[in-house]
Amino acid sequence: MRPFNLDHAATLPAALAAARPVAGARVPPTAAPAQFIAGGTQMLDLMKLDTMQPATLVDINALSAAHGRIEAKSDGLHLGALVRMSEAEAHPDILRDYPVIAQTLQMAASPQIRNMASLGGNVLQRTRCCYFRDPGWAQCNKREPGSGCAALDGVNRKHAVLGVSDQCIAAYSGDFAQALVALGAEVQTAGPNGVRTIAFEKLHTASDNPHTETVLAPGELITGFRVPSGPWTRRSAYVKIRDRESYAYGLATAAVALDIQGGVVREARIGLGAVSYRPWRSHEAEAALRGKPLTEDTANATARAAFAGAKPRQDNAYLIDLGRRTLARALLQASRLEA
Amino acid sequence: MPDQTASPQLSRRGLLGASTAVAAGPLMAAAPVVAPATPPVDPRRPVDVALTVNGQQHHLAIDVRTTLLDAVRTHIGLTGSKKGCDHGQCGACTMLVDGKATLSCLSLAAMVRGPVTTIEGIAGTDGTLHPMQQAFIDQDAFQCGYCTPGQIVSAVACVQGGHAASDAAIREYMSGNLCRCAAYPHIVAAINQAKDGMGRA
Repeated sequence: MRPFNLDHAATLPAALAAARPVAGARVPPTAAPAQFIAGGTQMLDLMKLDTMQPATLVDINALSAAHGRIEAKSDGLHLGALVRMSEAEAHPDILRDYPVIAQTLQMAASPQIRNMASLGGNVLQRTRCCYFRDPGWAQCNKREPGSGCAALDGVNRKHAVLGVSDQCIAAYSGDFAQALVALGAEVQTAGPNGVRTIAFEKLHTASDNPHTETVLAPGELITGFRVPSGPWTRRSAYVKIRDRESYAYGLATAAVALDIQGGVVREARIGLGAVSYRPWRSHEAEAALRGKPLTEDTANATARAAFAGAKPRQDNAYLIDLGRRTLARALLQASRLEA
Repeated sequence: MPDQTASPQLSRRGLLGASTAVAAGPLMAAAPVVAPATPPVDPRRPVDVALTVNGQQHHLAIDVRTTLLDAVRTHIGLTGSKKGCDHGQCGACTMLVDGKATLSCLSLAAMVRGPVTTIEGIAGTDGTLHPMQQAFIDQDAFQCGYCTPGQIVSAVACVQGGHAASDAAIREYMSGNLCRCAAYPHIVAAINQAKDGMGRA
């Protein structure tokens, strides 16, 4: 691991000051010399691999008092960025009113990692693409812009089929983000240019510029999330298909939430991951289901719509069928829940 | 720049506090980014780290890059916790921090604030084995033993956190601890045995 400075920030302004970017520097947030660290489960892993090389780490754990709360309010669920995954997965309000959120967290990583990892860091987790993680591979447009993509013609069994480009086919493997994108969550941030609220769907950027992964500015910190309440949040579910039953990243995953009235789907919210480059809200699939009863046939048609634009490579064409079945199963599973 | 010899962390915090007022203005005003207010310190200087491990206080001056695992094994000399993958994938390094199962290989020692319990701190002070340690012996829950310290620490957290109600719940909670000898069925049996002695399921 390379040497770095460790700053312990006692307050949000102190954290932002410690991570303030250098004037004139134009780097994406992931390459900024100062990085925030909370649980550290990804940061230290990638620093040991030399995939991330921050000169300064800003320890933000002392911000938990102000940004580590879970609050269910009339306008929805408020989650502080420093809430640990294991706290949110067991919270009674989340279990009752937002089961899809609890399930994405329960099925993620291991208990140790969930005890450590913060929600803010979780949504910024980086791809598991081996050509990205290991700097021994020369070609990776995420690590080295313009260097190419070794995954395009490499071993790409676990790479994405949705939202990919000829620049990058890395999969987004996070779970929690799929619940957030499906439920139309907002991200609250504070940074060198002030505070702002971003639609979660707009947080992660497209694969045509893989070096830039989010719209966050260098030195901008996620402080919390708001998940709007709605008639679909209770009838929600997450299905995660993976190579082994636990402690594994998904191959195909689907987070869904349904508002069903009088036997007809008034509103469907569909988030996909693992098969996609970024947390993927499938508006096409949602539109295909709106106004219809939820049956095996309509679930399958919805799943076909979700993958209409899929672009497979040599090893991952199976993900299209697996992804469709995963989504159809999630829809049918959620439809059987009480609203 | 203040003298940082005595306590680099405290001095650093003081510097940040001083820069807070400077930051408050541009934070809200969409001002252009400016150079950092704090000059960089030499990152290779040792940092002062205070750790409470198994009830005992330790004051170390170590490289900031030192993980909790390396601090405990190399600097404090408690080598029961094992380094398996060093990337948070195997669980051999599991310790309790603030009572929660934590991967010490992915924790910087300089960031640890709560009390730490390692496998050496699981047994009674008089050397009496913890019910979980006894259960691992009784149920033959290991072969080579390399993953066992992490398994036992996770198993204690499993029972204490109420995650041992069924075999399936135990398996799910213990999924972050890999055993290349595949002693898994015996580990589940050991946790089932120990949970009665520990007083809750």
